[in-house]
Amino acid sequence: MSMKIFDIAGSALSAQSVRLNTVASNLANADSVSGDPNAVYKARMPVFQAIADAQNPAGSGVQVRGVVESQAEAQKRYEPGNPLSDKDGYVYAPNVNIVEEMVNMISASRSYQSSVEVMNTAKDMAMRTLNLGK
Amino acid sequence: MATDPLFGIHADALQLQRRRMELLAANIANADTPGYKARDLDFQKLLAAAQQPAATAAGVTQPGHMSLDDASLKSATVYRVSMQPSVDGNTVDAQVEQSQFAQSALQYQASLSFIDGRLRSLITAITGQ
Repeated sequence: MSMKIFDIAGSALSAQSVRLNTVASNLANADSVSGDPNAVYKARMPVFQAIADAQNPAGSGVQVRGVVESQAEAQKRYEPGNPLSDKDGYVYAPNVNIVEEMVNMISASRSYQSSVEVMNTAKDMAMRTLNLGK
Repeated sequence: MATDPLFGIHADALQLQRRRMELLAANIANADTPGYKARDLDFQKLLAAAQQPAATAAGVTQPGHMSLDDASLKSATVYRVSMQPSVDGNTVDAQVEQSQFAQSALQYQASLSFIDGRLRSLITAITGQ
């Protein structure tokens, strides 16, 4: 059993954990309000891309090409009592959609589990191959 | 695909299953990559290529041998027909990939058992007990 499967599954694990990290960051900052709509936190999301491998076109891992910020508008809330509010009494909350983030989290953890299973199976088979004839 | 006198086709079967599992692992790894197309090995094509009498590629020393080279693997790598196409162009269906991976792993272990049996009989013959 070559190490290729471990490389591929490992790339998926790190990509999914980046995704989980962005979800955690988005959820943690869901209520970080600001008085300036441009300075407020913006939801982040990773962009996945298959790793093109000229050596072996068959199997390719996955990589995070970058983390992009959502371009959705910040939520405007009327909170005149908030010390951060602007002169009209509004504060701006991040454009984080809690429901979307939760779905993202579940999807990421399921994909992570799948890759862990792939790794476990590959490991078992490697061990069996090593123990041939014993 | 050299027919080894001791291990038969099983050594090559292991190779094939390993390559297939690499491909399926790549599919599972890219389950969330936009635009990724799931791929798999077409066994029929591989078998047809292996049975070609003109298999005189490098490494084939006898006409009866079959070769499992990169070129035939590449030509037998096909895109999977998606059951549930998604908006982002990804055609990976995690359930399909996982079941195929399990099947491939099982076939790998079957070949391993055959090889193991051959090895055991060889050890019995050598030790004479």
